[in-house]
Amino acid sequence: MTKEYKTIREIAGPLIFVEKTEPVGYGELVHITLTDGSRKRGQVLDTSSNVVVVQVFEGTGGLNSECGVRFTGETIKLPVSGEMLGRILSGSGEPLDGGPGIIPDDKLDITGAAINPYARLPPKDFIQTGISTIDGMNTLVRGQKLPIFSGSGLPHNEIALQIARQAKVRGQGEEFAVVFAAMGITNEEAQYFMRDFERTGALERAVVFLNLADDPAVERLITPRLALTAAEYFAYEHEMHVLVILTDFTNYCEALRQMGAAREEVPGRRGYPGYMYTDLASLYERAGVVRGRKGSVTQFPILSMPGDDITHPIPDLSGYITEGQIVISRELHRKGIYPPINVLPSLSRLMNSGIGAGRTRDDHKAVSDQLYAGYAEGRDLRGLVAIVGKDALSDRDKKLLEFADMFEDRFVRQGVDEDRDIERTLDLGWELLSELPEALLTRIDNKYIQKYHPAHREKEEEKAVAPAAG
Amino acid sequence: MKGEIFRVSGPVVTVSGVKTRMYDVVKVGNEGLMGEVIGIEGEKSIVQVYEDTNGVKPGEPVENTGLSLSVELGPGLLKSIYDGIQRPLPLLLTKMGDFIRRGVSANGLDRTQQWEFKPTVKKGDTVSGGSIIGTVQETQNIEHRILVPPGVSGTVEEIKKGKFTVDQTVCVLNGGTELTMMQKWPVRKPRPVAKKLMPSTPLLTGQRILDGLFPVAKGGTAAIPGPFGSGKTVTQQQLAKWSDTDIVVYIGCGERGNEMADVLNEFPELEDPKTGRPLMERTVLIANTSNMPVAAREASVYTGITIAEYYRDMGYDVSLMADSTSRWAEAMREISSRLEEMPGEEGYPAYLAARLSEFYERAGKTNTLAGNQGSITVIGAVSPPGGDFSEPVTQNTLRIVKVFWALDAKLAQRRHFPAINWLNSYSLYTKAFSEWYGKNVSPEWEKLRDDAINLLQREAELQEIVQLVGSDALPEDQQLTLEIARMMREYFLQQNAYHEVDTYCSMHKQYRLLKAITSFGDRAGSALESGVPIKDVLALKSKNDLAKVKFEREFDKAIDGITAQMDDEFKKLQEAK
Repeated sequence: MTKEYKTIREIAGPLIFVEKTEPVGYGELVHITLTDGSRKRGQVLDTSSNVVVVQVFEGTGGLNSECGVRFTGETIKLPVSGEMLGRILSGSGEPLDGGPGIIPDDKLDITGAAINPYARLPPKDFIQTGISTIDGMNTLVRGQKLPIFSGSGLPHNEIALQIARQAKVRGQGEEFAVVFAAMGITNEEAQYFMRDFERTGALERAVVFLNLADDPAVERLITPRLALTAAEYFAYEHEMHVLVILTDFTNYCEALRQMGAAREEVPGRRGYPGYMYTDLASLYERAGVVRGRKGSVTQFPILSMPGDDITHPIPDLSGYITEGQIVISRELHRKGIYPPINVLPSLSRLMNSGIGAGRTRDDHKAVSDQLYAGYAEGRDLRGLVAIVGKDALSDRDKKLLEFADMFEDRFVRQGVDEDRDIERTLDLGWELLSELPEALLTRIDNKYIQKYHPAHREKEEEKAVAPAAG
Repeated sequence: MKGEIFRVSGPVVTVSGVKTRMYDVVKVGNEGLMGEVIGIEGEKSIVQVYEDTNGVKPGEPVENTGLSLSVELGPGLLKSIYDGIQRPLPLLLTKMGDFIRRGVSANGLDRTQQWEFKPTVKKGDTVSGGSIIGTVQETQNIEHRILVPPGVSGTVEEIKKGKFTVDQTVCVLNGGTELTMMQKWPVRKPRPVAKKLMPSTPLLTGQRILDGLFPVAKGGTAAIPGPFGSGKTVTQQQLAKWSDTDIVVYIGCGERGNEMADVLNEFPELEDPKTGRPLMERTVLIANTSNMPVAAREASVYTGITIAEYYRDMGYDVSLMADSTSRWAEAMREISSRLEEMPGEEGYPAYLAARLSEFYERAGKTNTLAGNQGSITVIGAVSPPGGDFSEPVTQNTLRIVKVFWALDAKLAQRRHFPAINWLNSYSLYTKAFSEWYGKNVSPEWEKLRDDAINLLQREAELQEIVQLVGSDALPEDQQLTLEIARMMREYFLQQNAYHEVDTYCSMHKQYRLLKAITSFGDRAGSALESGVPIKDVLALKSKNDLAKVKFEREFDKAIDGITAQMDDEFKKLQEAK
């Protein structure tokens, strides 16, 4: 039995300062017993021979200097077991679904350790999400961390769910699991997710961690760590391919800022702590594939950009760590296009290693580059049309303008349950490109034009059919 | 001398009861975690710890090694993959598995491997710091020169020959000083040189926009700032692959694990264009990803430059890529804020500018102590928040470096790669290389390049008008200017790093390509003057062929053909009139 101290000297926001006698380890888990017998948990943030600073996860409401503080001698650990699949847990890992407690196979440190870069396998297995703008233009691969940059009022939750439902690596019946971590989202949003998980039966393959908007902000700092610990457990111990959805990172960063302010730290940009990059990296970097291990962790973090500003510290630092980003556009959303993904600022850094012959299709890169170039130019022309009118455009420009509209209407737009396979996506790309004069297709090698361009394809097919008929 | 821990706050640990000097390496706690003294307050020393400090308690023991943070220098550095404090990652993998745990120490150089030492001095020779006493064939094409450590001198009493490990004595000087093939050097202290020289030759990178428009010198400094997704890392990797230096040191400082994995995977398979041997045989990689301990990230840059200096001292040209210096600056900021120092701009410590300039000053072309010439070229990536170049790291870097390659998110979005903005970038070396270009490329080169820059400048001006009135409203000669500028951008500046041929472009090829585009422009200009309509000029087949000629394996043959065809087509145009 560890000693209980009743020596809280000061309480400031989520922090308590405890004077104590025996040495306490940095990062240790702390139990606090209130005067009414209820309990709270915390973690050591700073320890010295005189005073120990503890952050309290459930908030410091009701605490006073009479509360008992017990240092457990170990860092925060998550009890894990294969039975966790299908369970709904709180943001600090307690069951919320009325089910029994988790009987642990193991207890894992939630901070996790960095994967030795030398042990990593560069991710290259194509994940088909069934969404053209992602598969065709910003391809996701296993072990990648690809965030959705969204804004308030945009359908990022629908998109995340559609991806969770449809994502698969083709031709492989390997085991997969979904880990879902909610950080400070509203009860309504959480229910929306839960209902969809139940509707599609995805819950059986999922572990859910819920820290809702009215749960203590400090708890948000451990929720994603619990989720990623669970994900790593399923990936590396149970050889599953785990998709982790983390929403909303903006709330997480707010909590981080709140803690920084409570500790009276020197703030960095916009009041966020200077170590936010490192802190975010310690979460995002827990995606990957490890050489010689079967499972993998793929991350789909969602963050809402305050004021749709991509240069805000949260999306900015995220963008520097993650391997690309999917950007949701308010403009497309207003036009009634779902999913309103703007491919131009979106990017998947690992796309090149996941596409091509043997992975998707040989023409994939060329088609994607050409669609990008055409759409970018078409969109620029819209600005010009607003000034000089459509009639002042050359024929070439008019074609490109139409192309941009068609691209949004046919390639970007798809149904919430529409699962397009990669062939369909690429063929759709060709259908659109065939509306442009062939001379404009400068980014596509002639051999692909011969092979896939609808105009040539028909001829090929005729040729193939003709002898049979004769 | 043993002391104990007084306080733990993340990577910053305060210790008491032990005498230290600044930058001494100390072993902290029961597990002996490695740390470095970064402040002394009365009885107490402040230590930054290079490993995770979870669970470390006040009262645990502390031991001062009395040494500064040093790297081991000797044969075996090449082909190595280190973390920020020179622990070999493959060795850590075998010692602690797939994840980086703590409390494991590992030597930078393998103590069991034997190297064939060939002496170049004999008994009775006088040697001093930096003198070469022998050589070791480190990899097939790199001869490792064993140097007398700076500050040591004497007469050779005994010199050996044959196979030795790095810690066996190979040479004894009078007075009994024993020399091994390995020496240690404190990372924060620049290695001495005889004299710093003015850089005078360009570093050839095979990248058209860099070599052609904004060259960096061998021994120069360059910065690549850019927002995320603009291609910093790809550019850095291209430079590491193709730079015409003898040795490459690549520091992945606080960057992505998957990207590092890609580098670690790819480099051993890449071929050195000069020798046909694996590129890895002339490369040292340092990988301290963003989630590895922040103090080790701070050290990684110094570890890298010290290794670079060591090879320079042998008389080699070394290039060092640091991706990214912003992460390094952030590590400084993080540690500074834990120390509760008074912050400067945006929370960065006030000594940020000093640290950056100290680092970049370790680049340069030099006469080594042994009388050879060596150089270190430093190319630092900068990751400005929000792509805003006015932030402190970018600004302080630009005050030091001579070459600025400005990456541009807009270009990247259009998939124009390398996304280096030709209007904002600059190189202060171009004039210094005039002679070199005249002799090695062509006397015409400088004019061609200046014309190209002017053309792109004019295009930018015309574009402003086009935005208002549309391109069809321009007179034909201006339309042509736009079209030739487009050719310059698409045919010359765009370069595909993933294309097997286009990934590297020799100066000769750059010159011919630039000349062909320029001469197309000139002829088109005179054709317009003599009344040929612009659409006929732009429909020429040689123009389209020029677009793809950079991808041709047999470039010279292809461009000869195109040039001949161009002559022919323009002649016909004139005649048809």
